[in-house]
Amino acid sequence: MSENKTVRLIITRQDRPDSAPYEEEFVIPYRPNMNVISALMEIRRNPVNAKGEKTTPVAWEMNCLEEVCGACSMVINGKPRQACAALIDKLEQPIRLEPMRTFPVIRDLVIDRSRMFDALKRVKAWIPIDGTYDLGPGPRMPERKRQWAYELSKCMTCGVCLEACPNVNSKSNFIGPAPLSQVRLFNAHPTGAMHKAERLRAIMGDGGLANCGNSQNCVQSCPKGIPLTTSIAALNRETTIQMFRDFFGSDEV
Amino acid sequence: MAGNREFYYRRLHSLLGVIPVGIFLVQHLVVNHFATRGPEAFNRAAEFMGNLPFRYFLEIFVIFLPLLFHAVYGIYIAFTAKFNTRQYGYFRNWMFMLQRITGIITLIFVVWHVYETRVQAALGVEVNYDMMANIVDNPFMLGFYIVGILSTVFHFANGLWSFCVSWGLTVSPRSQQVFTYITMIIFVALSIVGIRAILAFA
Repeated sequence: MSENKTVRLIITRQDRPDSAPYEEEFVIPYRPNMNVISALMEIRRNPVNAKGEKTTPVAWEMNCLEEVCGACSMVINGKPRQACAALIDKLEQPIRLEPMRTFPVIRDLVIDRSRMFDALKRVKAWIPIDGTYDLGPGPRMPERKRQWAYELSKCMTCGVCLEACPNVNSKSNFIGPAPLSQVRLFNAHPTGAMHKAERLRAIMGDGGLANCGNSQNCVQSCPKGIPLTTSIAALNRETTIQMFRDFFGSDEV
Repeated sequence: MAGNREFYYRRLHSLLGVIPVGIFLVQHLVVNHFATRGPEAFNRAAEFMGNLPFRYFLEIFVIFLPLLFHAVYGIYIAFTAKFNTRQYGYFRNWMFMLQRITGIITLIFVVWHVYETRVQAALGVEVNYDMMANIVDNPFMLGFYIVGILSTVFHFANGLWSFCVSWGLTVSPRSQQVFTYITMIIFVALSIVGIRAILAFA
C-alpha cells in the first residue's frame, strides 16, 4: 500500500563555513514511522536529488536519537527542534530542513554550538567539590526541591532557545537563556550555593542577564519544557539584591 | 568592573522609563485633561505647571536628562533585536516587537512635540490652549498626535510590565500573566485620558 509513497524534503545546504547556502530538493521512498534522521540516512544511503542528479550526502549531527543530547537540532519547517523527535508523519510536506543560523554553520545542517559551552564555563555551571582532603557528604537537598531542580537539569544545550530568541544574533553578544537557567540550577544546589555570588556576578557582565528582552520565545520553544523565563525573572530578582549588596556592602559573607 | 557596564545601563534604562519619565507622562496626560473642561481650565493648569518653583531644575533632572538617556540607550536596544514574529507568533514576542517599534515612534513624536511646544516657548511663544488648538487644527497633525499618544502610552504600559520582570518583581508565570492584564488596563485607561485631552483641542 505504501510502496509508492514518497517523502519530499527541501534542504538548505552549505558546502563550507564561508560559502553561500543553496537549496536542494530530495524525494525519498516513504517507510512507516520515519523521522527526519531516518530520512537523512536514506539520503546518505543514496545521495541523489529530486532531479535525479548524483550529489554529496547531506551532513548533519546526531548522537542519542532520543531527544536528550541536543546534537541533531535544526530548523524543521520553520521551527527549531530535534530531528530525532520530528516524525515524518506529523510534518507537512515538503519538509524544509535548515541549519540553526544563529550559530556558525560548518556544513549543511551541522552547526558549531561552542558559544553555548563557553557560556557554561563563563557562568561556572558546575559544583566545585574537589579539595585536598575528603570533604565528606554535602548538605542534603529536600526531595521537593530536588524534583524541581531536576526539571532545570534537563537542559541539553541544544541551542533551540538561542535560535528562537530575537536578542541572540550577530548584533548582540547575549549568551542566551540556556546558560542563565543553569545558574539558577547550580545556585539552588546546597553545595553549589556556596558560589552563588560568583555565578550571579558572571551573568551581570556584558552579554549577560540584562540582555533579555522578555520576548519569551525561549520558554515556548524549549523541547524540554524548562521554565526559562521564570529562571530569568528569578535571576533578575537575585541580581537586583546582589547589585545592592555589592554596592553598599552586606552583613552576609 | 571595567567593561561591565551593560547590566547597569540596562537596569538604569528600565528604571528611568518608569521613574521619573513614566510618572511625568502620567502627570502630563492628567494635566492636559483639564482641556476637556474648557480653555480657561487648561490655561490655569498650564500656568500652574509652568510656574512651578525650581522649574528648570525639575525640567532638566526629572524630564530631559532621564528621557535623553532612555531614548539614546533605547535606540541601541531596539536596533540590536532581530524580530521573528513571523516564525514565533507568540503574544509576548509581538509585545517585544511592539515595544521597540512604539519606542521609535514615541521618540520621533516626542522630539517633534518638544520642538513645537517647549522649544517654541523658549523662543518666546506663549504656551496655552490656543497653541495646541492651532497645532491640531491641521487634521494630519491631529492624526500624528493621536498615533503619538497611543504609541507613548502603550510603550509606558508594556514597559511597566517588563520593568517588573527586569527588576525581579514578577517572577512566576502567573504573576506575569496577571500583570499583563493590569498593564493592558493601564494602557486603555491612559489612552482614554490622552485621546480625550487631544480631542478637546481639536
